[in-house]
Amino acid sequence: MCLAIPARVIALHGEEMGTVDLGGVERKVSLALVDAEVGDYVIVHVGVAISCLDEEEAKRTLAMFYELNDQLSESDEIPK
Amino acid sequence: MSRKLDENGFVDLSFGAGGKASAQLTREIFAPEFSNPILNRMEDGAVIDMPNGRLVVSTDSHVISPIFFPGGDIGSLAIHGSVNDVAMMGAKPLHMSVGFIIEEGVPFSTLKRVAVSMGAAAREAGVMIVAADTKVVKKGEADQLYITSTCFGVLPDGVNVGADRARPGDMVILSGPIGDHGAAVLASREELSLTTDLKSDSQPLNDLVAEMLKSGADVRAMRDPTRGGLATALNELAMASGVGIEIDEVDVPVKEGVRSVSELLGLDPIYFACEGRLVAICPAKSAEILLAVMHKHPKGKDSAMIGEVTGKGDIPLILRSAFGGSRIVSVLTGEQMPRIC
Amino acid sequence: MKFIDEYRDSQVIKSLLVLIAREATRPEGYRLMEFCGGHTHALYRYGLLPLLPERVTMVHGPGCPVCVLPISRIDAAVELAARDNVIFCSYGDMLRVPGSGGRSLLKAKAEGADVRMVYSPLDTLKLAVRNPERQIIFFAVGFETTAPATALALKQAAEQGITNFFVFCNHVLTPPAMRAILNAGSEGSHVDGIIGPGHVSAIIGSSGYRFVAEENHIPLVISGFEPADLLESILMLVRRIKEGHAVIENQYTRAVKDEGNLQAQSLMQEMFELRGSFEWRGFGILPDSAQKLAAEYAAFDAERKFQVEYGEAHDHKACRCAEVLRGQLQPEECPVFAGACTPESPLGACMVSSEGACAAAYSYGAASGAGAGQ
Repeated sequence: MCLAIPARVIALHGEEMGTVDLGGVERKVSLALVDAEVGDYVIVHVGVAISCLDEEEAKRTLAMFYELNDQLSESDEIPK
Repeated sequence: MSRKLDENGFVDLSFGAGGKASAQLTREIFAPEFSNPILNRMEDGAVIDMPNGRLVVSTDSHVISPIFFPGGDIGSLAIHGSVNDVAMMGAKPLHMSVGFIIEEGVPFSTLKRVAVSMGAAAREAGVMIVAADTKVVKKGEADQLYITSTCFGVLPDGVNVGADRARPGDMVILSGPIGDHGAAVLASREELSLTTDLKSDSQPLNDLVAEMLKSGADVRAMRDPTRGGLATALNELAMASGVGIEIDEVDVPVKEGVRSVSELLGLDPIYFACEGRLVAICPAKSAEILLAVMHKHPKGKDSAMIGEVTGKGDIPLILRSAFGGSRIVSVLTGEQMPRIC
Repeated sequence: MKFIDEYRDSQVIKSLLVLIAREATRPEGYRLMEFCGGHTHALYRYGLLPLLPERVTMVHGPGCPVCVLPISRIDAAVELAARDNVIFCSYGDMLRVPGSGGRSLLKAKAEGADVRMVYSPLDTLKLAVRNPERQIIFFAVGFETTAPATALALKQAAEQGITNFFVFCNHVLTPPAMRAILNAGSEGSHVDGIIGPGHVSAIIGSSGYRFVAEENHIPLVISGFEPADLLESILMLVRRIKEGHAVIENQYTRAVKDEGNLQAQSLMQEMFELRGSFEWRGFGILPDSAQKLAAEYAAFDAERKFQVEYGEAHDHKACRCAEVLRGQLQPEECPVFAGACTPESPLGACMVSSEGACAAAYSYGAASGAGAGQ
């Protein structure tokens, strides 16, 4: 239900299959349920891409996180 | 059966009956690759001069499948595994004895390939394979080839390395990135269909250990994290010494490809087998010296201090995350299964 | 690893924890349920539970498709695996789950059944083609994240005219389970907010959860699986609870669209039909909560082909999985936790499934000594 990993599409094979790369490890997966091009990131679950990773949204989320870091001063400790 | 073995042939049950046929397997396939003065005498028993010091013996059985994997094979694994077990006691490995259980139908060329690999591994480790035996079983009774290996070594006086010697305050040092072997073998399993250039880290460590023992650091305990990985090895050391060990996740080196395999399959690299790494425990005051000595050796160049020994023996192993979290790391139970959840 | 490591950044995590501690000020505290077993696993694996302020309690939900399968269906799987000429293919998660008398697929394998672990249902088709004289049964388990993969395999099997491939379908649905747990009353556990399953939502979108806000009046935040995702989602829930704002929100915007994955949804519509009722461990029989193969694909249905019968099967007497799944009992509170019930000798699925709350609690523990139910 849950274990799915973002991996980069490095090749397409026909209409529905592709090869993805995650940190140097490659696997052929089904791209039948997503519209993905080479270079896109997809979320892979049991050999099937279930979603495309929206890089704009990813960047936005991270930008918000880093802003948080800046707002909090260095001395802020996690209260026990 | 006195005709020479046909290189394109394969093992059949007649080689398993003992006597001339099985001696022929040993003589023509294995012995030439293991060649050394003791084995070459081809006696019933190998005669070895007793060295000074205490005898250390270790035995292991190898049933790995596939028998050939990236970075090694069942034969080199057998040599490295037993050599390392003896070396982990601080002993110098000297001689080995090997037994082969061969499934009917295995090609001679496969056995030859394994023999070549074992001979090379033994020479690299500086050990002599002085005894060997083969048996053949019916098809289906073994998965191609099983190997049992025994290594004999000598522990000089004054060397005292033992799993029960760790003390609170001691430091834990790891000789290199973990999980290469486990990840490489897993990735090579056909049903997972992963493509990677990950290789097993299988190698003998007795030369590295020799340098460590010369360093002057009081090496208290060592273990090679094989089956069950770093997690199991550290748990065992902690339990044997009645102490606790705490390590920092961020300090444990893991290669990118190993992390990728673990992420894809939902597994934890801390449980992946290594076949060419060791953890060592030494007093805090000599940790830097030991680390420096290890760094100088090619098999220890990526060594890292990963944690320390505490007095809290109720939990053998705790892993601290980078952000202040921590979790218990227990011994591996059963096999790690790739998960979907 | 891109798009993974950044969400494990320790500074980000520390900042989020500080904010949560600062803002979670309600004296009555916050009881938050993470529905999905993958989220439970992540909370334990990253040691986040002891780092949360005392006022925030995480209640573990039933979102573990392995754990919610009743014993009778596991027994059926084991029985199918043992049939002549069958190659029984399963995800790794299911292999050690004990059925009646502790019989698991792994035990059946040891007794001679041809049980094989697969990573993807698409791989089982290759097995079917390579072994035309055998019957390949795929044990389809999972929520809506996993059902599309089964659907794809079925579609390909039909297109390729494969006749020796069968699916033993146990796919279950998230919204009915969520409804059941929120309406369980005294049989359940009151929660103030829900962390919604991220990858299920990537498939079904967010509209399926509307009832949580509209009928149960609590907020739900769809969350990613990295520690920063979970903490941001917890922070969002804390804020909505403080505001008294029952809404459905999406933290996992990089992977989840509001409408979900329409291609996957339409494929599932084509290949599956709703079962009128289905038995769930912990909830009994729930209506319209699971899927079976659509009539058009009945030829691939293992239940039909192999005339599977379900016996009266009961959980082990001492097993309290049902209460754990309903959030009524924390793993550490179960009398057999870590005693008679361990991953090596589990009494129930919660201890042996990698997503089970008990397995997570046992394996990762809370090193500080504080249990999950602080």
